[in-house]
Amino acid sequence: MQTRGRGLRALDYLWGGWGVAASLLLLIALWEAGHAAYGTLVLPSPRDSFAALWKLAEAGRMLPAIWDTSINALGGFAAASVAGGLLGVLAGASDMMRRLLQPIATLMLGIPAIAWVVLSLLWFGGTGFAVSFTVLVTTAPIVFAGSAQGMRTLDGALKRMAQSFRAPWPVLAWDVYLPHMLSYLFPALATALALSWKVTVMAELLSGSGGIGDGLATARVQVDTIKAMAWVVTVVGLLLIVEYLLLEPVRRHLQVWRREMPGVGPSATAGF
Amino acid sequence: MNALSSGLRIIGLGHAFGPQPIIDQISLELPRGRVGCLIGPSGCGKSTLLSMVGDLAHPAQGHIHHDFHHPVFVFQDPCLLPWRDAVDNVAFGLKAQGIDCRTRRSRAHDWLTKVGLETSDSHKYPHELSGGMRQRVALARALAVRPDLLLLDEPFSALDVGLRRQMQSLVRRLISEHELTALLVTHDLAEAVRLADRIWVLTPKPARLAAARDIERPFAYRDDGFVQAEVGNMLADPAIAAALAMVEETL
Repeated sequence: MQTRGRGLRALDYLWGGWGVAASLLLLIALWEAGHAAYGTLVLPSPRDSFAALWKLAEAGRMLPAIWDTSINALGGFAAASVAGGLLGVLAGASDMMRRLLQPIATLMLGIPAIAWVVLSLLWFGGTGFAVSFTVLVTTAPIVFAGSAQGMRTLDGALKRMAQSFRAPWPVLAWDVYLPHMLSYLFPALATALALSWKVTVMAELLSGSGGIGDGLATARVQVDTIKAMAWVVTVVGLLLIVEYLLLEPVRRHLQVWRREMPGVGPSATAGF
Repeated sequence: MNALSSGLRIIGLGHAFGPQPIIDQISLELPRGRVGCLIGPSGCGKSTLLSMVGDLAHPAQGHIHHDFHHPVFVFQDPCLLPWRDAVDNVAFGLKAQGIDCRTRRSRAHDWLTKVGLETSDSHKYPHELSGGMRQRVALARALAVRPDLLLLDEPFSALDVGLRRQMQSLVRRLISEHELTALLVTHDLAEAVRLADRIWVLTPKPARLAAARDIERPFAYRDDGFVQAEVGNMLADPAIAAALAMVEETL
């Protein structure tokens, strides 16, 4: 029964892909219309952009750039997840820690990402580390907020129930706190991951440390709008791959225990 | 009662939340293998007293002595983990005891059957179960850890009358089968008469012992007529009627 249920869910997910494909094709049609209206210098056509993308790939520049950008983005994101997640747990568990950490997180959220890019470049030079550091400091407060909120909002009755069974802390963490926290933590992580790519490209553009951002900087210097669009398509493609091949399946898996909205899916069983 | 060899003994229990006393000098004894019931108005401190017996809270005054090793609670709210299916919810207490995955899931399946759930319900999440089914899962979770003291904190009050009666019969049958001692908190006098061997009536806040009654008739012979007659007898006692006046109002 469960296998069949999983199979149906997978089919349902794949069928949902038609909607995404339709949406992307509509966007490309609008892009083509924009190109027809404003010309190649302002907005190159999708065909030219994809051709430029192919040329970049053939020249062997695409994959190393994607690799560098991914390492910079995911390195900073991983560090932010660990630091923000753990500090959030501390802030959620202790009022004193929350009072101490919350203003710092708010302050860090208030500093524009571009300011962190400049500071990182001054502190660490034009290296991949500067880029990852920028990602860390811009995304950690988001993860922190999600983690702290998840920790604080666990139903007191569930805590009492777990306490009544004298659950040791690993069981308490794995079975009680973590699943509840994921409801808050996962959207924060998804937002942080999406932001990581954007901040990485921006930091790479200014630092010249390689990656997609560096490619964009070169295209800007050469006033090559087609190549710039090719790099934009690359980073958007990365975002879409991460969203639909990683985040969305995880999101669906995590939501399986949630109550269906009225009129959607199988309803609650009524019998006794 | 002075000859109590094993069971629960509460001596001079007192407790307060801030300056407000909620429990005042309560002493009672519950021998092993018996079902006791604390009845009193809502908010009179019954649940706090139960928490203290189950070691979830500590009394400000007095002592609680018992020789039970595995007290477990069944709460008014089933308190199921919404992200775990019925089997894993039942297995939670076993997991807390460090029992391996295969054994705890097998025992959880057995207990789900014992409390009357279908096999097809085993992998349903709490939101897919009805109120009565959720309470059965909570009961299975409590009994799966092989407790020797069952602490029931108004476990049926959220159910409608028909389900309440079914659950009362089920709980009483399981208590007898597994030779458990149980302490029930309720504000329903008929439920107390139906389930308990000994009833303690508490006054409104601060809770004091207003009266105690033994119900001698075996559980199997407590039909509706007996329960109604016994409730009538108890309410004829002015001390009980006065203590429960607020209960009647809230009902």
